[in-house]
Amino acid sequence: MKRTLIFISLLIASTALLFAGGNLLLKNGTILTVTRGVIPRGDILIMDGLIKQIGENITPPPGVKVIDVSGKYIIPGIIDSHTHIALAGTNETGSANTAEVNMRDVLDAEDTSIFTAISGGVTTIHALHGSANPIGGQNITLKLKWGKKAEEMIFQQTWPTLKFALGENVTQANRQLSPGEERRYPASRMGVVAFIRRELERARNYLAEWDRYQELKKMKLLNRPLLPPRKDLQLEVLADLLRGKLVARCHSYRADETLEFIKLSHEFGFRIACFEHIPEAYKIARELAAEKIGISVFMDSWAYKVEAAEGIATMPAFCTQQGVLVSLNSDSNERIRRLFNDAAKAIKYGGLSEDEALKLITLNPAIQLGVDKWVGSIEVGKHGDLAVFNEHPLSAYTRCDLTIIEGEVYFDREAYLKERQEAQKASPKPKATGGDQ
Amino acid sequence: MRIQKIWPFFLILSLSILSGLARAEEIVAITNVRIVPVVGNDIEKGTIIIRGEKIENIGPDIVIPQGAKIINGQGLTAYPGLIDGYSQLGLSEIGSIQATIDFRETGRINPQVLATEALRPDSMHIPVTRSNGITAAVVAPSGGLISGRSGLIQLYGWTPPEMVIKAPVAMHVELPAARAGLRRQANQPSEASRLLEEVGELLDQARWYEKRKIAAGKNKLISFPEFDEKLEALIPVTHGELPLMISVHSANDIRSAIKFVQEQKVRAIFYGVSQGWMVAKEIAQAAIPVIFASLHQLPPSWEDGYDALYRNPGVLRQAGVKIAFSSSSASLAKELPYHAAKAAAFGLDKREALKAVTIYPAEIFGVDQFMGSLEKGKLANIVLAEGDILELRTVIRHVFIRGQEIDLSSIYTEYLEKYKKRVEKK
Repeated sequence: MKRTLIFISLLIASTALLFAGGNLLLKNGTILTVTRGVIPRGDILIMDGLIKQIGENITPPPGVKVIDVSGKYIIPGIIDSHTHIALAGTNETGSANTAEVNMRDVLDAEDTSIFTAISGGVTTIHALHGSANPIGGQNITLKLKWGKKAEEMIFQQTWPTLKFALGENVTQANRQLSPGEERRYPASRMGVVAFIRRELERARNYLAEWDRYQELKKMKLLNRPLLPPRKDLQLEVLADLLRGKLVARCHSYRADETLEFIKLSHEFGFRIACFEHIPEAYKIARELAAEKIGISVFMDSWAYKVEAAEGIATMPAFCTQQGVLVSLNSDSNERIRRLFNDAAKAIKYGGLSEDEALKLITLNPAIQLGVDKWVGSIEVGKHGDLAVFNEHPLSAYTRCDLTIIEGEVYFDREAYLKERQEAQKASPKPKATGGDQ
Repeated sequence: MRIQKIWPFFLILSLSILSGLARAEEIVAITNVRIVPVVGNDIEKGTIIIRGEKIENIGPDIVIPQGAKIINGQGLTAYPGLIDGYSQLGLSEIGSIQATIDFRETGRINPQVLATEALRPDSMHIPVTRSNGITAAVVAPSGGLISGRSGLIQLYGWTPPEMVIKAPVAMHVELPAARAGLRRQANQPSEASRLLEEVGELLDQARWYEKRKIAAGKNKLISFPEFDEKLEALIPVTHGELPLMISVHSANDIRSAIKFVQEQKVRAIFYGVSQGWMVAKEIAQAAIPVIFASLHQLPPSWEDGYDALYRNPGVLRQAGVKIAFSSSSASLAKELPYHAAKAAAFGLDKREALKAVTIYPAEIFGVDQFMGSLEKGKLANIVLAEGDILELRTVIRHVFIRGQEIDLSSIYTEYLEKYKKRVEKK
């Protein structure tokens, strides 16, 4: 009896921990809502992790923490649609199809890249399997609640996504060969298409086998026990893709290979949520817009390999203007803290408006992840995920001062500096050695 | 008779001189423009007269010479062209394709190589860079212990000789990266000091080699030393004519490098210096200028703080160090102004940030007599921007290099135009 009580109270406590967001009132900031214009001087009230009220002169409910952000700018928390941080691994290169691999199994809540990211206003990331295999693993979307346990970071409402990859990374994988060893199949772009098609055919057969089994089971025609088909964890994932339970995120660089993958999606009837990197998107903007497939791209990182040699910085703005849903990603534990700088460049290279530029790192990636109902703009009812900047976030001189997730402050520059000062007082001379043993 | 034979030659010669003069006489007047000369006060509304390669006049009340081509600078701000303190422009095309990479020679000791001798004027990265207001760059070799010599180029010209402003400008020495520099055992000489000792020995050999050469020149009984291209290249370093650009990162390594420079009595520039903020006073006292590497990196150690590389320039400048920024890149050389702005966001004075991409690099590389600011008599390297040149959103409208107005198209615009046609067709 006593045990049950303890168990119940523990259960209540843990659910409370899981669901209770913070309460917070930000006062007197310039609010860039992204979807509903700019409020030159306003307040945002967050209750239980959700934005409850946006307006002027909001009176703080009793006990609610108030932060004055006079002279500062508030934007929705930045969303990075393509990263590999907070993970204890990126690529399972043992096979060309690793659909059964799930990034959820290798979360690393102590990766300091999480702190780097929140120091640049990032609140949500999509952490993907790498691009070594035509069919990679399943990805995960996280809220960057630095200091919390990995399972508390998982953004539950997102679409489950499966990584695909085309082009150089795939064909060059395992390029360090021991003598006599053959290169892994597929090692050419034609092989990549043929390989994915073969695997999807297998998945289609697998799916049909299971459907047949379920049907027969329902019919109850046979009087002896029916044997189910063999369970295959890899094909199960691909079958889910064909069932529409998963969406594809496909790493692609060249325009031509991208069109081939779109063709495959028609052949097999699965959904592509987004193409990753795709520096040649401007060559097929028409097709991408017609297919309503988003792209998650670099602003201007290019020419690091042949298939990136035509990746022009005028692409994100152009594709946006052609009706393609564009987001800017970091794919890096360094670039992730300056995505707001990248967004500003889309104004220079192609003439996006401020809102359009900010959407590249907020609302658009939210839509690509299927979570725009919850994050991506500052609206009542959405999560209290915000980033506060000392100057306009699209200025080169700006600095992120606060990062808030569901009403709780995870990065506070002022507090950070104070802590650092105290640490220095404790050991007055900065250590010139050590630190990275 | 003889004269008759060669008179057509004289005619051609004089014609070409005349045409050359005619070209030199080309005059451009930029009017109604806000001028940030970098040296001296801003001029809210003024005129710049370009005659030939140079700035003939600049100021608020300038008479426009007859026949000048007029560019109305209303709404624009004139800046001196930005100078990249360290890049791989013209030496690197596509990162993963070895055949397009020419900044790294094999082996460890390569003082004989000169980066500008591998310069590719047609690099696709050069138009992208100059259309963002960068008009000159140091192009540097890297790798090994002594990587070779760098040169300063202007980002316009049909051939390498047309582009090279000054070469060599520095001899490059590379010490271990900061992370490696932090890893050291107590009571053991660091990797850096061991490497510097090796450089010192090479410099001593070069001194000896030169002495021997001079002696042999004077005294027939002494034979000349066997020609040594590496020691030959190091001789100007021993005289303090050619500075050593030492790539150095951790605080301890910086200290070792300062000691080395002082003992060897050579001129030096430090490159990278990611933990410079820990030893700012010492760098300032040694009067060694610093070129920062790209700020698009993470600090070498978590304990340095997330913003260590961002605040580093401000701390060093405050201590009195002469600083300049660099892109450390070819494909992202256009980012130069944003490194300066990032440092300004974390404590560096905005005007100092601008100087650190204009007049300071010009001073560090000894070309401030004719570059690095908008002044009468200097080369007309001018950028007309729609606003603050260090801002991400600012569009660059005109770029002049050595008086020549530059076409601002690049692969960014050319490929876009090409594929716009596909969309327009429908």
